Amino acid sequence: MNNFSYLQAEKAKEATAAKRDDKSAAFIAGGTTLLDLMKLNVENHDQLIDVNMLPFRGIEMNKNGLRIGALERMSDVGEHPLVVQNFPAVSQSLLLAASAQLRNMASIGGNVLQRTRCGYFRDTAFPCNKREPGTGCPALEGDHRNLAILGTSETCIATSYPGDLAVALTALDAVLTLENAKGKQREVPITKFYLLPGTTPQRETVLEADELLVAVTIPQTEAARKSMYLKVRDRASYAYALVSAAVGLEVQGGVIRSAKVALGGVGTQPWRAPEAEKLLVGKAPSEAVFRAAAEAALRGAKPREHNAFKVEMAQNTLVRALSEVAA
Amino acid sequence: MDMTSNTSNQKENAPTNVVGKPMDRVDGPAKVTGAARYSAEISVPGTVYGVLKTSTIAKGRITNIDTSRAAKEPGILNIFTHQNLPKPAKTPKQVEKWRAAQSYLPMQDDQVQYAGQPVALVVAATLEAATQAAALIKVTYQADAPIDSYHDPKAELFDPQKIQQGKKDSHVVRGNPKQAYDGAAIKHEATYVHAINHHSPMEPAATLAVWEGTDKLTVYESSQNVTMHQGALADLLGMPREQIRVVTKYIGGGFGCKGSFWPHTILTVLAAKAVNRPVKLALTRQQMFTGVGHREDQEQTLQLGATTDGKLVSIVHSKKATTSPWDNYTESNGKIMDMLYACPNYSTTYELARANVMTSVWMRAPGEAPGSFALESSMDDLANQLNIDPLEIRLRNYADHDYSNDKPWSSKSLKQCYTRGAELFGWDKRNAKPGQNRKGRMLVGHGMASATYPVHSSQGTARVRLFADGHAVVEAGATDLGTGTYTVMTQVSADALGLPPEKIRFELGDTRLPTAPGSGGSVAAGTVASSIMAAAEDVWDKVVKMAVADKKSPLYKAKPTDVKVELGRMFLAKDPKKGETLLAALGRNGQPDIEGSGTGKYGAGYEEKNFGQNGADPNNDNKEKKTGGHSMHSFGAHFCEVEVDPDLGTVRITRWVGVHGVGTVLNLKTATSQMMGGAIYGIGAALMEDTFRDPNYARYTNADLAGYHVPVNADIPNIQVEFVPETDPYINYLGVKGIGELGMVGVAAAVGNAIFNATGRRMRSLPITPDKVLEALRQPA
Repeated sequence: MNNFSYLQAEKAKEATAAKRDDKSAAFIAGGTTLLDLMKLNVENHDQLIDVNMLPFRGIEMNKNGLRIGALERMSDVGEHPLVVQNFPAVSQSLLLAASAQLRNMASIGGNVLQRTRCGYFRDTAFPCNKREPGTGCPALEGDHRNLAILGTSETCIATSYPGDLAVALTALDAVLTLENAKGKQREVPITKFYLLPGTTPQRETVLEADELLVAVTIPQTEAARKSMYLKVRDRASYAYALVSAAVGLEVQGGVIRSAKVALGGVGTQPWRAPEAEKLLVGKAPSEAVFRAAAEAALRGAKPREHNAFKVEMAQNTLVRALSEVAA
Repeated sequence: MDMTSNTSNQKENAPTNVVGKPMDRVDGPAKVTGAARYSAEISVPGTVYGVLKTSTIAKGRITNIDTSRAAKEPGILNIFTHQNLPKPAKTPKQVEKWRAAQSYLPMQDDQVQYAGQPVALVVAATLEAATQAAALIKVTYQADAPIDSYHDPKAELFDPQKIQQGKKDSHVVRGNPKQAYDGAAIKHEATYVHAINHHSPMEPAATLAVWEGTDKLTVYESSQNVTMHQGALADLLGMPREQIRVVTKYIGGGFGCKGSFWPHTILTVLAAKAVNRPVKLALTRQQMFTGVGHREDQEQTLQLGATTDGKLVSIVHSKKATTSPWDNYTESNGKIMDMLYACPNYSTTYELARANVMTSVWMRAPGEAPGSFALESSMDDLANQLNIDPLEIRLRNYADHDYSNDKPWSSKSLKQCYTRGAELFGWDKRNAKPGQNRKGRMLVGHGMASATYPVHSSQGTARVRLFADGHAVVEAGATDLGTGTYTVMTQVSADALGLPPEKIRFELGDTRLPTAPGSGGSVAAGTVASSIMAAAEDVWDKVVKMAVADKKSPLYKAKPTDVKVELGRMFLAKDPKKGETLLAALGRNGQPDIEGSGTGKYGAGYEEKNFGQNGADPNNDNKEKKTGGHSMHSFGAHFCEVEVDPDLGTVRITRWVGVHGVGTVLNLKTATSQMMGGAIYGIGAALMEDTFRDPNYARYTNADLAGYHVPVNADIPNIQVEFVPETDPYINYLGVKGIGELGMVGVAAAVGNAIFNATGRRMRSLPITPDKVLEALRQPA
């Protein structure tokens, strides 16, 4: 890890201006991803701007839904009664992630911005288009068992966001609030926040250099209230998802009125499945309907040798999750 | 205490008699309070820090090393590369009987032979500066295409003739296996794959090298075997052993990887000498994957020939595995197939392929763990094919003696283990038909497998010093992996001297102490306990001599040979109430303390010494056998229940029963923990442990504990462990069999067999991950 200077920002503008003026700076909140990557020399920052003192906290319901300050910790949000009652998928996605120690440190904003676990990205001995554009992608012919099958390109097949929370947020149409060095805020739906790798896998989100993620707002819907997050992994705890599903259904009079479906572990970004949602809405819930929706969700998949299993596993995970929320 | 009671009552009323009791760990408080210092936590005045820079490529040549930026970091003492690191007196290749698995020493020239090989060593005043400087060194390579494994099209399989540093033959044949297999009524053939596994102890490997002048060296090493480390250092440095001291007071797990000698130790020692300061170096977690060996990637093909009633007539085994460019190390998987069952014909062959990887090394239950996976999975198949209960087929093939060498067993309680395990587990309620047992959506399955591990021959010495004030210092240069050596040896010493355990100070982990074997091959407990007893006997003899010459002693004028000692009390064998304690006699004598020493033997050596060439078996007069006597093994049985999710492919273990026959149990608590740990370690290999070596770069892609999965608490069910009573007079003084490896043997097979019972699908590739289960479920049963 290189030496760096440390700035504890007391005002948002101080933080965002410092970031604007220093291309090599990074914000630090919980640091659970950042310090890890700095120790691996995958990220090298001259300056860390500590944002923990900034007032981006609080978990409260307003007219737009549940607003969560970006500096709230994963464990606090996952266990908050408003989240547990109104957004079970969000609560589950948080509490099934990482370990208790990490959840106590990691912030919501940092979680949404966490980086891929692709082994080639995390080891500077390997080429990696995401880390060093143009050097190549050994994962294509190498270890891609836990990499993406949707949204991939020939330059990158990483599950760019490997975590859980953003999958639930993607299903439930969360909106992210970003604030820049001028103090101006803008709102970006999470479904438009992440970028596909294309030919520029190093660009992962629409976040500008001077922007700080300050809040996450989740609209309160019936489907969100009847939602769940199902995670499949190699061991029972402390493992990234092989495949996960965040789903919510609003069923009235035996008919699905609204459906929210997103997948984790399979896409280069948290993967919303509008094709699946379209197939569900207006139908009576049944295993056949869920199966058709699951197949639609994976239709565009481009599996490779070691991750071909994800197609079936993701379909089965979706069917299981939809069956459970419909029950 | 009522001195008039007979000896057996005395035993019960003695202040001690703690051997076997579930005593708490004597080092527990030091460990939980942080008072226990592991090797990397020890500092001496002037200590500076070493950090390794390792190769990014797996094969090629270093063309340039630019240290200019690195040298600007604050407090750099030196940056060593192959160009300026002082050479050892000898390289491992030049040592006549090199003690370690790997014979290649990096940083001697510009060659790179495996990814993660040390190419530079930075020494700096702080760990931080050394770490950053290592990152700033720019190494330029000329890279060649590496060979990644025996799968590589460039790899060539060869017959090594000898495996395991030349200790074992790569071909073993007994009877007429091929003919017997060809003629067998029932033939079963299958191939089993084992992933690369890494030991992954919590404590990383670490070295603190402290020179006094140029001819005296102390090394604080994370070592499972201080004597081995001392000897290897003496060999490489060309120094007499007595000028080298190796100290290891605590180990945070080793599982075999700290029982061999690896490059980081000698590189640190050479650097320390060059900078004339104590240098401390600990491997990073990533470096632990390319610094201290691994269990090799391997596949085994196993042919079982049997009669229609399930009796084995032939076992034909072969193994392919990856090895390093220099060494022919591979686990001897065949051993267990040769001896576990009553089978008249057997053969095994090994083929290896050189690849650009470091030399693999013994990892908990080397050979037996992967070997038992193949054998016990095939036995389960055979049982299913012939519609015989898996337990019954094992009983039909029960070996009443060791078929591999025609010797009788020194003791064997496998039948009792099967019976008691089945009873605890409720094996009779198992549905033999696969795929029938459901719990909600889950498929439930029950499986079992046998465990066995040999009693290796070993010996060691110990010193006992009994003080007249009622305490004792007991010493042996053994190590404690964290499994309880400190504790069980305190118990043994307490009973040997008749003192309460808190009056015993047991010292280990130092080459200045009497030589003991390392913690490896499950020999430590039995050997060190026997050494302590031999040293205690020396003390007894000396005190008995005092007593019989002492007018005030009840034993005055008795013949020393008529005096027995039990739990610290001397008495006449014929008249037990006539006697006194060792302390009473010593105190009257006016001597403040008395010292004894002795050699303890474990295994065949013990038997030969005490029972003669042919052991105690009068019928064994077969002169062709190298040593007479008995075949010595521990045995056990595992039973488990799994739940398989047929849609998601996940496997959860919901129940585990392990019953073992291990001779004398020295501490019920630590022994039980040890067997639980074995089951957990086996569950890791069975379900999740898998290091991925990239086929093009021959470099690992998941070299940390987030990427390399070991079981977490949530993966482990309640594990029930029992020991069946077993007495073995032939193996060592206290009849102790080793338990370090046994608990892991058969675990993967038990899991696979339970998955078969749950799903009707046979899993032959470890680890059994959800993707493999889903793939198997897609195939017809």
